[in-house]
Amino acid sequence: MARTLLDKVWDAHTVRTLPSGQTQLLIGLHLVHEVTSPQAYQMLKEAGLRVRMPERTFATIDHIIPTAADRQHRPFADELAEEMTVHLVRNAKASGVALFDLDSGRQGIVHVIGPELGLSQPGMTIACGDSHTSTHGAVGALALGIGTTQVRDVLATQCLAMAKPRIRQVRVEGTLAPGVYAKDVTLWIIHVLGVKGGVGYAYEYAGPVIERMTMEERLTVCNMSIEGGARFGYINPDQTTFDYLRGRPYAPAGAAFDRAVSWWRSIASDPHAPFDDVARIDGATIQPVVTWGINPGQSVGVAERIPDPREAPAEDRPTWHEALQFMGFKAGQPIAGTKIDVAFVGSCTNGRLSDLRVAAEIARGRKVASGVRALIVPGSQEVARAAEAEGLDEIFQAAGFEWRKAGCSMCLGMNEDKLQGREVSASSSNRNFKGRQGSPTGRTLLMSPAMVAAAAIAGAVTDVREMLR
Amino acid sequence: MSAAHVRRQVVGRGIPLPGNDIDTDRIIPARYLKSVTFEGLGEHVFGDERKAVPEHPFNRPQFQGASVLIAGQNFGCGSSREHAPQALRDWGIGAVVGGSFGEIFFGNCTVLGIPCLTAEMSDIEWLLREVEKHPDRPVEVDVERREVRFNGRAIRAGIPDGARHQLVSGSWNSMGVLLDAGDAIERTAHALPYVAGY
Repeated sequence: MARTLLDKVWDAHTVRTLPSGQTQLLIGLHLVHEVTSPQAYQMLKEAGLRVRMPERTFATIDHIIPTAADRQHRPFADELAEEMTVHLVRNAKASGVALFDLDSGRQGIVHVIGPELGLSQPGMTIACGDSHTSTHGAVGALALGIGTTQVRDVLATQCLAMAKPRIRQVRVEGTLAPGVYAKDVTLWIIHVLGVKGGVGYAYEYAGPVIERMTMEERLTVCNMSIEGGARFGYINPDQTTFDYLRGRPYAPAGAAFDRAVSWWRSIASDPHAPFDDVARIDGATIQPVVTWGINPGQSVGVAERIPDPREAPAEDRPTWHEALQFMGFKAGQPIAGTKIDVAFVGSCTNGRLSDLRVAAEIARGRKVASGVRALIVPGSQEVARAAEAEGLDEIFQAAGFEWRKAGCSMCLGMNEDKLQGREVSASSSNRNFKGRQGSPTGRTLLMSPAMVAAAAIAGAVTDVREMLR
Repeated sequence: MSAAHVRRQVVGRGIPLPGNDIDTDRIIPARYLKSVTFEGLGEHVFGDERKAVPEHPFNRPQFQGASVLIAGQNFGCGSSREHAPQALRDWGIGAVVGGSFGEIFFGNCTVLGIPCLTAEMSDIEWLLREVEKHPDRPVEVDVERREVRFNGRAIRAGIPDGARHQLVSGSWNSMGVLLDAGDAIERTAHALPYVAGY
């Protein structure tokens, strides 16, 4: 019988069926960072246990580190950030876990460095104490976010107790228009299927638009699976995947790479594999997308107006009203022209080299509007180096953007990069939740990196396609 | 696995929290995650909203000491931070009844022994109204029978078989069960080409 990638990878990693009926699922790659691991290590210690497979566990530091060039040094000025870092470094060392520390040249956002280093590979199960672990599904892996007690479980047993999800294939058909990016595709999928549409499902992204995407674009799409409610999102491995992985530090090399490719091909979904559900989206209808509300599904095309809650499904109406009130917007108001205070390009969604290239293309020869604070935060030290080698940092700085060091930064405001008061942010990150960017009353508009750069230049939400002409 | 871990039923006063899509950033804002322990999170649960809205349910005197949270749809969506259920538990919450749950939040609650049961939205709306009217009466969350009883009425509630089994049998703290697999873990790993070597 034809099987999906989910079926094949799930079966290959099944240790046994638990008394609860759940699967004891082996985790092939465990990624660890400073926010969700100290408590897990403490629990492990209290249980008198050690890390079961340190060689399959890798750590980095990303959430709490400062990104200003003159502040990203130890000890960090923020004592709490320093304490968390001390714990991570100590725990990694004591347990024999490789740590991509600040001086490693490989530090960065955990979901940027996993694929970049070739750690994340097709056919793996990947877990991390972070909901955006779905990102790694782009290489053809089953990757999921877990909480801290489950981080403890993986440290101690290399396993999770899991119920197998159902599977929905999300097909993006046709062709994208110029100025429409992977971020717009993923935001639009969430808009159409809803922020809870994926609960209980793994999403298999497919169709011509997905197949034509580069690996970095695919990472952006899979990253936001969780915003659509789906804990897993993956794309079947293909030549794009293999070309991306070849030569990366942790990818197999030489003849082993070719043997790996034949296994990777074998774990892709079979033709005619059955899905519990199939959703189809016409890529040609997707516009540059901007969120207007307090969840990532509350969005419109940049040329559209903020919708009227009366048009919302009854169950969503209260949230729409709450969103309009929080954002200070009125139904019927065009989203374009919304003044911004802050522009942020970065995050595990859009902090990769191709994202910075697109933003730089908009920034080149232009100036950030006065009064706008604009930040470019590369997703990793490697992304920063590659961007600097191309001179992107100079283009950004000449235009008035700040060029930062790698970290999660203003995506979640756990470091010094936060909105102030009711500031409005044009952000390439993944969440527009109330208070997400560090100010309880701060307001976030999610969009593609190109749209963020355009908003920084214009001082307001604007259609990037007009700048691309 | 001990008798103290068995969660056949959770009984306690209710606290109504209307609204859909309440994310874990709202339950516990990221700045309170800057700690190497989970201690003291209860005082910051819904921290920003409680400051902005004095009449927030978690501020109101009649709901202090409540242990059964009634929530809307997609409760606990977003970030995987276990700090969210830890903060709720530290405040006193021992069970949640909602329209639906963010999946990572649901899993985090289960491994902490906090049952999350779903119910039809019409029943949730009834519970929200009735608990508001009778904050002193107990809500009975019956995990085993998959129902929630309040004020003389029983409503049907849902929980997946696996989580129900873990809670009812007291085996929700999964590490012990996973360790029981012993060498089968290594055998499974070494059968994988990427572990054994291509």
